[in-house]
Amino acid sequence: MGKTIAEKIFESHLRDEPFEGTKVLDIDRVLCHEITTPVAIADLEWRGKDRVFDNTKIKAVIDHVTPSKDTKTAIQAKMLRDWARRHDLQDFFDVGRNGVCHALFPEKGYIRPGFTVIMGDSHTCTHGAFGAFAAGVGTTDLEVGILKGVCAFREPATIRVNLNGCLPEGVFAKDVILYVIGQLGVNGATDRVIEFAGPVVDGMTMEARMTLCNMAIEAGGTCGICMPDRVTVDYLWPFIQNDYVSKEAAVADFAKWHSDADAEYDQVLDFNISTLAPQVTFDYKPDCVKNVVDLAGTPVDQVYIGTCTNGRIEDLRIAAQILKGRRIADSVRGIVSPATPKIFSDALAEGIIQIFMDAGFCVTNPTCGACLGMSNGVLAEGEVCASTSNRNFNGRMGKGGMVHLMSPATAAATAITGVITDARSL
Amino acid sequence: MEKIFKGPAIFLDRNDINTDEIIPAKYLTEVTKEALKPYMLEDLKLEGFDPRGETLKNARVVVTRENFGCGSSREHAPWVFEVNGVHTIIGQSYARIFRQNMFNGGMLAIELPKEDIDALFAFSQQGEVTIDVDVEAQQIKACCGGQCQDFSFEISAFDKALVQSGGWVEFADARY
Ligand code: SF4
Repeated sequence: MGKTIAEKIFESHLRDEPFEGTKVLDIDRVLCHEITTPVAIADLEWRGKDRVFDNTKIKAVIDHVTPSKDTKTAIQAKMLRDWARRHDLQDFFDVGRNGVCHALFPEKGYIRPGFTVIMGDSHTCTHGAFGAFAAGVGTTDLEVGILKGVCAFREPATIRVNLNGCLPEGVFAKDVILYVIGQLGVNGATDRVIEFAGPVVDGMTMEARMTLCNMAIEAGGTCGICMPDRVTVDYLWPFIQNDYVSKEAAVADFAKWHSDADAEYDQVLDFNISTLAPQVTFDYKPDCVKNVVDLAGTPVDQVYIGTCTNGRIEDLRIAAQILKGRRIADSVRGIVSPATPKIFSDALAEGIIQIFMDAGFCVTNPTCGACLGMSNGVLAEGEVCASTSNRNFNGRMGKGGMVHLMSPATAAATAITGVITDARSL
Repeated sequence: MEKIFKGPAIFLDRNDINTDEIIPAKYLTEVTKEALKPYMLEDLKLEGFDPRGETLKNARVVVTRENFGCGSSREHAPWVFEVNGVHTIIGQSYARIFRQNMFNGGMLAIELPKEDIDALFAFSQQGEVTIDVDVEAQQIKACCGGQCQDFSFEISAFDKALVQSGGWVEFADARY
């Protein structure tokens, strides 16, 4: 019987099986941010175990609220910063070099095919785009990861999602994943890995694959995962060129992780993407999804472009193409947050930042900020936000606020008209 | 500290209660568990539910439906229950990270089949339900006005060991 990519990674990283059905894996990357890590650090200190298993495998960033907005967030940042210095972490990203974790860590080349990755953040599933098993965990799992470099899992079954056909003009990875979540439901992939395959995925850039995997958790998935291929190699090449004689050799090596043709799946779902239209959420759950045209005309107060889902350079390019030479509606506040300093500076070099500013957008530094209602664009009661983020939960971007999730193209079009708009109709 | 999995239950009749509802992100700037105490379930969208009410204040057990604890990985969600004396959740299903966070902290996220959850909700119509969980025997006793019903539940050997050994940090540090 063949194996899935997730099964291959589990097998190669198995440290222990303390009880039947519980697999303790060696972890290649333990990623940290300032919201969930300080409590783990404090607990380790309290237990007299203030140690790290390997300071080259632990990476840390201050990203959720940065620069700090008040005393409490300054203390969180300081706790992470002091800890990173105390243990001489090789890769710690502070103000000026920091960006949204799930955009920053891949950009630095830290995530490789076949890796195991944990982080105290549910959207860690993003890193599965590289063919890694990457799972969000809580603070206690993170703490054990920091201390021992291990994490326990029930071996997840896999749902294979075949994305067939091709992406229509004006339809993007975000539309695809919103549609898939709408089909699976918020509970549809719980304790499962979602394996994305098919011609649509093969044709996607790493940025688009990250958008796809980012929202696996919104269907309850442990991890989203894509097969590492030539696109993966091209993206990682600056970081791996000394390890392989050629790109072809790297492609061949990465192929060892691919799911076998006779692997066993919990479910296999086939979707024809060729007929897909731009998608948008309504209500307070990410599986409440409609075609944008069905919600067209809904007024919004704020448009937010950024986050670990859609704050990458490709996303900003898509939005800028629509915004170029136009102004956003007077009734709308536009906020754009490039997800990392590199994305910011690339956008600057490409003239994208100027386009956003000319259109009337406020450009913020890289941070999570408004995505989780902590800073830089929190909603007031009764306000509506068109957002490229991943969660529309009640109160997510501010108590009493409503969030509609959509692609950067839909968000840009919505900013121009002030009401939810299909960008293809402009 | 020995944890007691016993006490009055509060019934939250909804699927997909997420961690933003259990503890909103604006409180994640706290770095101690105790500081979370006043905010338990503050943003829960459920008709008739009062986050400041006596029923919640007295509750030691939460009974709910499907996919409880979905969304963010924040362990602040189990912690806000813990500091309010709620060590047991009984539901039809959970989001993976929330479930593991509960067991990792030595608390219970018990799964019961739909019939049993329905029976518990029906029982709650008669008055205040008190629940007593025997982890070793994997039995739940639910009592209301002198009447009692018993339910048995499954728990993985690992999760049971975590609850009995005081959580994952101690377990892992002793073993790895
Ligand atoms: S951008 Fe939003 S979803 Fe992504 S890590 Fe930050 S807070 Fe979480």
